[in-house]
Amino acid sequence: MTAILPDPAGVVTTQPAARSGLWRRLLRNPTGIGSLVFLVLVVLSAIFAPLLAPHDPDTASAYDTLSGPNGKYWLGNDSSGHDVLSRLLFATRLSVTLTAETLVIAAVLGIVAGLLAGYYGKAFEAVGAWTTSLLQALPAIVVLLAAKSVLGPSDFIAMAVFGVLIAPAFYRVVYSAVSAVRGELYVDAARVSGLSDPRIIGRHVLTVVRAPAIILAANIAGIAVAISAGLDFLGLGDPAIPSWGGMLNDGFTNIFTQPLLVLWPSLAIGLTCVAFALLGNALRDELERADSAPRRRRKAKQPAQVTVEPAPVIVHDDDARDGAELLSVRNLSVGYGRPDGSVSTVVEDVALTVRRGEVHGLIGESGSGKTQTAFSILRLLPSGGRIVAGSITFEGTDLAGLSEKEMTALRGQKIAYIPQEPMSNLDPSFTIGSQLVEPIRIHLGLSKADAKARAIELLARVGIPQPERTFAAYPHEVSGGMAQRVLIAGAVSCDPELLIADEPTTALDVTVQAEVLDLLRDLQRERNMGVLLVTHNFGVVADLCDQVSVMRSGRIVETGPVRSIFADPRHEYTRSLFDAVLSDTEARGALPGVTSSGTLGEGVVA
Amino acid sequence: MLRFVLRRLASGVVLIVVITAATFFLLHAAGGNVARRVLGQEATEDTVVQKTHELGLDRPVLTQFGDWLSHAVHGDFGASWFTSQPVSEAITSRLQVTLELVIGATIVSGVVAVGLGVLAATRRGWIDRLVQLLAVLGFAIPNFLVALALVTVFAIQLKLFKPTGYSDLADDPAGWLATVTLPVIALSIGSIAGVAQQIRGSMIDALDRDYVRTLRSRGLPESRVVYKHVLRNAAGPGLAMLAVQFVGLLGGAVIIEQIFAIPGLGQVSVGATSQGDVPLVMGLVLVTAIVVVTVNLVVDLLQGFINPKVRLS
Repeated sequence: MTAILPDPAGVVTTQPAARSGLWRRLLRNPTGIGSLVFLVLVVLSAIFAPLLAPHDPDTASAYDTLSGPNGKYWLGNDSSGHDVLSRLLFATRLSVTLTAETLVIAAVLGIVAGLLAGYYGKAFEAVGAWTTSLLQALPAIVVLLAAKSVLGPSDFIAMAVFGVLIAPAFYRVVYSAVSAVRGELYVDAARVSGLSDPRIIGRHVLTVVRAPAIILAANIAGIAVAISAGLDFLGLGDPAIPSWGGMLNDGFTNIFTQPLLVLWPSLAIGLTCVAFALLGNALRDELERADSAPRRRRKAKQPAQVTVEPAPVIVHDDDARDGAELLSVRNLSVGYGRPDGSVSTVVEDVALTVRRGEVHGLIGESGSGKTQTAFSILRLLPSGGRIVAGSITFEGTDLAGLSEKEMTALRGQKIAYIPQEPMSNLDPSFTIGSQLVEPIRIHLGLSKADAKARAIELLARVGIPQPERTFAAYPHEVSGGMAQRVLIAGAVSCDPELLIADEPTTALDVTVQAEVLDLLRDLQRERNMGVLLVTHNFGVVADLCDQVSVMRSGRIVETGPVRSIFADPRHEYTRSLFDAVLSDTEARGALPGVTSSGTLGEGVVA
Repeated sequence: MLRFVLRRLASGVVLIVVITAATFFLLHAAGGNVARRVLGQEATEDTVVQKTHELGLDRPVLTQFGDWLSHAVHGDFGASWFTSQPVSEAITSRLQVTLELVIGATIVSGVVAVGLGVLAATRRGWIDRLVQLLAVLGFAIPNFLVALALVTVFAIQLKLFKPTGYSDLADDPAGWLATVTLPVIALSIGSIAGVAQQIRGSMIDALDRDYVRTLRSRGLPESRVVYKHVLRNAAGPGLAMLAVQFVGLLGGAVIIEQIFAIPGLGQVSVGATSQGDVPLVMGLVLVTAIVVVTVNLVVDLLQGFINPKVRLS
């Protein structure tokens, strides 16, 4: 009998609008309707027990003790000779009443306290938190046993106490929902327009907590059935009243002579508890579904074919380009599966090359597909994303042909990655040093001490003043600029050939930006790396890059040497990007010809 | 760190005092004529009055509680009114048995729940749906039904385990295993369900973090990313859930011990509470509260070990 309160975090709070028709949807959910029908039958058999029961539940037939099922007594007799079926039906009355009692007490206490604490805060909050932790400090059954010794053997008193004990579950759900809504504008508006507090609570706040409270009620009802049956099973209830738990006890005592006796009350208790749990689950499923996309009927068996029309790209000639080809992306298209089975493409027909020792800038505004291109080179697209067309060749090998293991060996050692947001890209639970050492040991096979020495050397190289101290620090103990240097150190730690840097300075302060760019340039020259630099800033391109490709709406529109493009931007989009950099003082209109169709914003998928 | 522990200890002590005081006054309010109950119907009025005086029940209730508290602080919890056995003696040997069951179940739950939660979070698809369904069922079915089913199938039908009884771990390890296995499984099902759902949820959250992609980009094998990094970050909420489950297991043991006839705290609890044996009930409530407070403190310290941010604040 685990009296664990259902996890309030798992209970969904929804906006009032999303909830309409919840009951109707529940009736179409097979689990929901199944458990609901079962529970209605349980309640009906409790109400009509006197009509349904074939015998008087309290009449003992001395000749039929422990008899198995027979024509007269369908489910047999218990150890006193009572008819099992009749007692089972009458015991349902007790279970239903006790469950209802527990629910009413827990709901009234918990919801009222939660509304007060959530709406008024301060003193109510403190009292609520303290009472909650006090009530949850002891196992429910121990408290119930203690209460029993005080208040006598009555199921009704015990379950009233249990109602109080479990009220914090309602309290927490209501409290968190209400305190979230307290600051909402429509509640402020209601207050300003002169509505009284009770009316605001009734009209605006209660509607928010209704759905989660119903789900919780279903879960608590299941627990109440289990607890009351458990108390009766322990022989702590009133033996004069037929109860499922009491019947279970009788059956268990006689399990060797009449094993079936245990079965009937077990089924009654088990099925009722499961029905309540499944009902709660179905309610939650339907609520979540209302929040997210419409119900997904079936998955598309075949991945949908995607056809991407080629479009002209303005290419600036380049005679001065030398060095071996390191990375070559051809006709790359990246798509995400939609719930209906179709695919939305975020990168279309992209082609670019990075030579050894060359910095290639990939520029475009947010959502243009730059980051998606970078992730597909690493084969680290977010789930749901895949390469739908084209090829990526690194040092002559088609990356699509590599196994997951071969790709893992390539990552970090040959192709490295510098992320955009420094703070969220370090594992908060491990020291900076251990995160640096781990790949070094895996890829280069160094001993622990050698790897540590190399990591500290790298930290010093990227300009961290006290490398030993930073080595031992946790990510939250360093600044954003430091964290980005750490990430750069990590990226170059195994001497990669190709570095993919995804807006490496965007999240940093302006003063730090220049330093980090200098560092990147130095490291690139020193190690003769090829770099694919994703950015939205032409200043960064001018500073660092040899080649540049301009990306818009998933496609490259113009590509060539930086000098040539700066001197002669031919595509209107490239020109508008230049205008955006150069004419900071003038108000700018919308960029001409930019559509958002067919692209997912980076903020959504990256 | 030390200040954190001391602060938590202080609030734990306050909690214990509040709980014991509340229990004491409630027991007193509903006590009735205790001496009469202890002595039986035949006792004369004089002996009842004498017994009442002997038990100290003729004094003001506050004095009684103060008396109990000052003795309790010195480790003296009094003696049972009905058997005159010292309370500490009645509880200690049984506490060990119950803790064996509960700690065993906690370990089993932790291990199995992590396995299931990680499996569901990393594989998703039908495995995920199956784990979630099992979790709902495991959470819903009362543990005494699980226990009855286990006894019927594995002890009575297949005769693989003993249906009832208990052997001491030190005297008879094989016998101990034969007697505690079924109770521990019966206790574990519910908490496995709860913890597995929590682990699954926080694993899915953690897998979505930016640093996971960066770790993969460094060429760490997937198993290392999942089991070392993601699991460590997902462990905090799972551990918190396990602590909540521990309190539930302590209660669940009461009824499971009854089914398997195991001489733990549950048996004393049921006996003492139905008789209204105040010193014994007080001792039980106190011990339970101390265990719960200790577990919560240990879990807080473990949280600090897992999450460096908690450790430093």
